[in-house]
Amino acid sequence: MAQLISLGSLTAPTSTETMREALSSGGCASSSCGSSEGAGDLPPEVWERIKDHPCYSEEAHHYFARMHVAVAPACNIQCNYCNRKYDCANESRPGVVSEKLTPEQALRKVVAVANEVPQFSVLGIAGPGDSAYDWRKTKATFELVSGVIPDVKLCLSSNGLALPDHVDEIAAMNIDHVTLTINMVDPEIGTRIYPWIFYRNKRWTGLDAARILHERQMESLDLLRARDILIKVNSVMIPGINDEHLVEVNKVVKGKGAFLHNIMPLISDPAHGTHFGLTGQRGPTPAELKALQDKLEDGTKLMRHCRQCRADAVGLLGEDRGQEFTLDQIPDDVTYDPAQRETYREVVAVERGEHVAVRKAASAEIAATAEGGSMLIAVATKGGGRINQHFGHATEFQVYEASAKGVSFIGHRKVEQYCEGGWGEDATLDGVIAALEGVDVVLCAKIGDCPKESLTTAGIEATDAHAYDWIEAGIAACYAARHGDAEQLLTA
Amino acid sequence: MAYKIIASQCTGCSACEFECPNAAISMKGDIFVIDPKKCTECEGQFDAPQCAAVCPVPKTCVPA
Repeated sequence: MAQLISLGSLTAPTSTETMREALSSGGCASSSCGSSEGAGDLPPEVWERIKDHPCYSEEAHHYFARMHVAVAPACNIQCNYCNRKYDCANESRPGVVSEKLTPEQALRKVVAVANEVPQFSVLGIAGPGDSAYDWRKTKATFELVSGVIPDVKLCLSSNGLALPDHVDEIAAMNIDHVTLTINMVDPEIGTRIYPWIFYRNKRWTGLDAARILHERQMESLDLLRARDILIKVNSVMIPGINDEHLVEVNKVVKGKGAFLHNIMPLISDPAHGTHFGLTGQRGPTPAELKALQDKLEDGTKLMRHCRQCRADAVGLLGEDRGQEFTLDQIPDDVTYDPAQRETYREVVAVERGEHVAVRKAASAEIAATAEGGSMLIAVATKGGGRINQHFGHATEFQVYEASAKGVSFIGHRKVEQYCEGGWGEDATLDGVIAALEGVDVVLCAKIGDCPKESLTTAGIEATDAHAYDWIEAGIAACYAARHGDAEQLLTA
Repeated sequence: MAYKIIASQCTGCSACEFECPNAAISMKGDIFVIDPKKCTECEGQFDAPQCAAVCPVPKTCVPA
């Protein structure tokens, strides 16, 4: 459920004007979520290729939506953090999906989404098994969809074991982006993550399995790079197993040309029935995750805005509208209408220009007040780069750090929605406050007196003074109010 | 001389259908079933039955 733009106002009679209004009243997070802050810190040719891709470009994730179709259920490895038996619509994690689709069903669903969700720009296949292993279905789906919606960007994610077998077809189909999940470059460590793999008609276990997987992953990196396909690497951070080792993984994948490295926290719960869940292996704390990400900051561009979405997720990152587009809700015969998406793109081009300018100005202003030190700001947003969500409606907060380096996106904190049907639950509020640990200020479109007081007691200032403003502008104003020359900043 | 799939445990992932060298596995509803007339347990073809080797759920592809 979360958010970017209120889509209600984007449907039906569309005009640039109504879309622009919807965007400014609804927008998402602002500045640089994550690693790629925008064109500035990436080579121009890479930026051109990722700028509309929400999963790769932090800036794009405020404006564009991805859709995963679960057409590839078969997998060729077993990971200790995955249990394929488990399927629950209430949980959100990779590898999990409610409704498996045939390629033909996937086409119907993609067309229905493209007609309804103007932000749609990327179609990904992430399983729920392995898209390169279950290649026939992955390929058939991409062929069907690109026949109908030629400008859709295609991407897939894989563990790399089967990918070398299909890399030429991947290149031939204009699949521009591939995500590889690489959790280790040392097979000894791999033995603690992968109990077995299936390769060349045989199940391999132990060190053999980890060694083969490692070699094939390295081969995949080399082959993709040779074909000029952009590579993102995902790594699951597993405390005590590969957390320190990921520094080494980062070096290796960077050396082999990955343009983004995404460190994801292990999701582990006994109820998921995974090996790690059952053995009590814990995931990292937000602080541990951030410490590792900070350590790797000079390496491959890191990505901090990943939401670890499901293999059938639909919508902007942080929101999942998958349940609105289950097959039973889609007519048998749907025809693609490009009008919504085209109008939306025109609007976004203008909004983004303004947003980028505000962002730069805010960072420059904060940097000029360098004496102030750093502060953490949590923002409630529905997308579009603006502070536009009610405190009580937020299911996650975007956390930014303001410091001498300017404004940078740190990550998101998920919370339980505090306010439902107008009533706030005290127990939920305690959870929200715990999730906001370390945060100095909360920016939102509106907040009631009661939660505001509780936050103040917990040492967190909450304000709706910057409602509907650009996120960076609100942060700059906050920073100025706390540190240094407030007047100069506010008038700037 | 055939394997079977324990229906209650099958996730319907289709990996076994994909790997079976004898086209003995097909979808029935949401899950997969093995045609005992076609199943050879992969004897003479591979070291181990392919369905059992690739199945992600323990003890689900088993001798009938």
